[in-house]
Amino acid sequence: MSDPKESKSNQQDQGTTLRRRFYKWLDVRVGVDSILHEALDEPIPGGARWAYVFGSVLLFLFISQTITGIFLALYYVPSATSAHTTVAYIVKEVTGGSFLRSLHAYGSSAVVIVLLLHLTQTYLYGAYKGRRELLWISGCVLFALMLAMAFTGYLLPWDQKAYFATTVGTNMASDVPLIGTWLKRFMRGGDEMGTLTVSRFFVAHVFVIPAVLIAFIATHVYLFRKAGAAGPPSEDPINPRSPTQRFYPRQVVMDTIVALVMILILGSLAHFAPMELGPKANPADTQYVPRPEWYYLPIFQWLKYWRGPYATIGIVVIPAITAALLVLVPFIDRRLERRPWRRPAAVGVFILILAAFVVMGLTSVRDDRRDPSIAKQVAKQREEVEQFMHQPFEPEGAASSLSAPVVTVLDPLVAAGKKIYESESCDACHGENGVGTAAGPKLGGAISQTSADELSNLLRHPTPKMIEGEMNPVDVSDEDLKALVAYIKSLK
Amino acid sequence: MTGADHARVNSRDEPSVTRRSFLGALLGFGTVVMGAALSIPLIRFALHPLVAKTTEIGWSDVGKMDEFASLTAPAKRLIKVEQRDAWRRIISEKAVYVLPPKGGTVRILSPICPHLGCSIPWNEAKQEFICPCHVAVFVMDGAKISGPAPRPMDDLESKVENGMLKVRYQYFRQLISTKEPLS
Repeated sequence: MSDPKESKSNQQDQGTTLRRRFYKWLDVRVGVDSILHEALDEPIPGGARWAYVFGSVLLFLFISQTITGIFLALYYVPSATSAHTTVAYIVKEVTGGSFLRSLHAYGSSAVVIVLLLHLTQTYLYGAYKGRRELLWISGCVLFALMLAMAFTGYLLPWDQKAYFATTVGTNMASDVPLIGTWLKRFMRGGDEMGTLTVSRFFVAHVFVIPAVLIAFIATHVYLFRKAGAAGPPSEDPINPRSPTQRFYPRQVVMDTIVALVMILILGSLAHFAPMELGPKANPADTQYVPRPEWYYLPIFQWLKYWRGPYATIGIVVIPAITAALLVLVPFIDRRLERRPWRRPAAVGVFILILAAFVVMGLTSVRDDRRDPSIAKQVAKQREEVEQFMHQPFEPEGAASSLSAPVVTVLDPLVAAGKKIYESESCDACHGENGVGTAAGPKLGGAISQTSADELSNLLRHPTPKMIEGEMNPVDVSDEDLKALVAYIKSLK
Repeated sequence: MTGADHARVNSRDEPSVTRRSFLGALLGFGTVVMGAALSIPLIRFALHPLVAKTTEIGWSDVGKMDEFASLTAPAKRLIKVEQRDAWRRIISEKAVYVLPPKGGTVRILSPICPHLGCSIPWNEAKQEFICPCHVAVFVMDGAKISGPAPRPMDDLESKVENGMLKVRYQYFRQLISTKEPLS
């Protein structure tokens, strides 16, 4: 009985039995076995394929967005006064803040890309056929919800591009027939973009849409499992005949590999090219050229073509019809034929629409490059973003309550100057009390040290560099100019 | 159906049980490692306030030195402390005691009891600082007479600039016999 070999195998046996017993103990109480069976043994007609990974990858990205989003909320405050400061705090001060925010922001682009791939694959494979109408529709709803997440999340940093892109986005809503104006006011929480807009978008982005998303993801997965995997395009969608392979292990491994590649791409982007934050939103900026995120560029370009009385057709009617066509595809294309080359009409229309999107997106980029004034302004905006990113973090309250010029102006000449400053719209670029904005420099400090004569001269005859920065000569009476100079010199 | 039954059924159409369980182990291990790697930035992000210095305190004005020249008892003064509170710069009001000057120098005491952090009032009648919470008693210069306090009342760093008395307000750790600033 003292054979060493035997005792070793005995030990092993004991280990396995113990594990088996624990597994059984757990299974009786939790039903692990049936859960695993349900989750992993789903039959895939024709076997695992790389083409099927997108659904799982989307689920993975959704989880990643949820986790990074929850962590970002640790430091974020949804109000017009604090939103930008807190995001700047995350980006510039909090350990790993820029990385996490970048993961979240790039993650949203990744979701859109993978969504499009998932949609294209499903469409080309005809995987919406054979009693899968509701599965398809729930997918379309998820698509819309994800776009809504991207739209609402975009505003939250409250920087220049967020502010102006959302101003345009919400204005588009007012073209909706009958309820348009009301809808826009509902989204904004009033006529103008402001602190209520931030809190509304925050609540939508963090509570409402995610809740609906989770419900629809569950529905989508359930309906998918109910209908079963459709398999390759040659397969009959209702009664697949090819030999099946289980979801685990091959498909799981493929899904995991793609998810890993996704992590690597997002992680490298976030690490080496972190998402930037622009200067705080300045509603008075009249020069700003707003541009939406890349995936909204085709729609942005499309809207340029629709002006005047027919605008509603382009802005609302045609997109609505396109969306309806997409949603109703399983009802329109009812044949069981799934091979793309046997469905020239369906595939043709799809490719046409896709191509139109790509062309419009590219046209929008090309137009911006070709228009010198826009190209210049866009370059300037990029420079402002760079500049802002290089500035150290400025805590909230520092500018308004402490170091900023005192609100009570005693000298009547200075008070008169302040009025002129405001009536000449100097504050549009140089900000309230000359604190400076993205469009114009701060007026305190070195500028207020300049002699009165020199300042008046500069205001009358700006230097070429000032003119390049959109500074116009000040056209007021000598008396008013004197007051204005006194006011500028009073700024700290 | 038990796990073993499953394995037998699976083995019929697909890779063998050992290959499946090897892949399972590999996937499980990979997931755990990736999860751990990904959670590092998350943890660092969440723990930022504990690691980084989030509050920085500068000098606050207490009053003109002349005001304190003729003091015979500790004078309570309210000071404005400019502080960083994460992304905010805030001004909060704090109380300090200015002691009667000795040999031209002025000491400033924090009113926070080194025992459990209650605010200690100056008892005019008894000419003592008496903590209302657990009756720690201190003499006028902050030295302990009786009670549970582990050390005398804490001195705050002060300086005089252009005749203006300034103080750097700080909190100190409670319940220890040495004065140890927090943060």
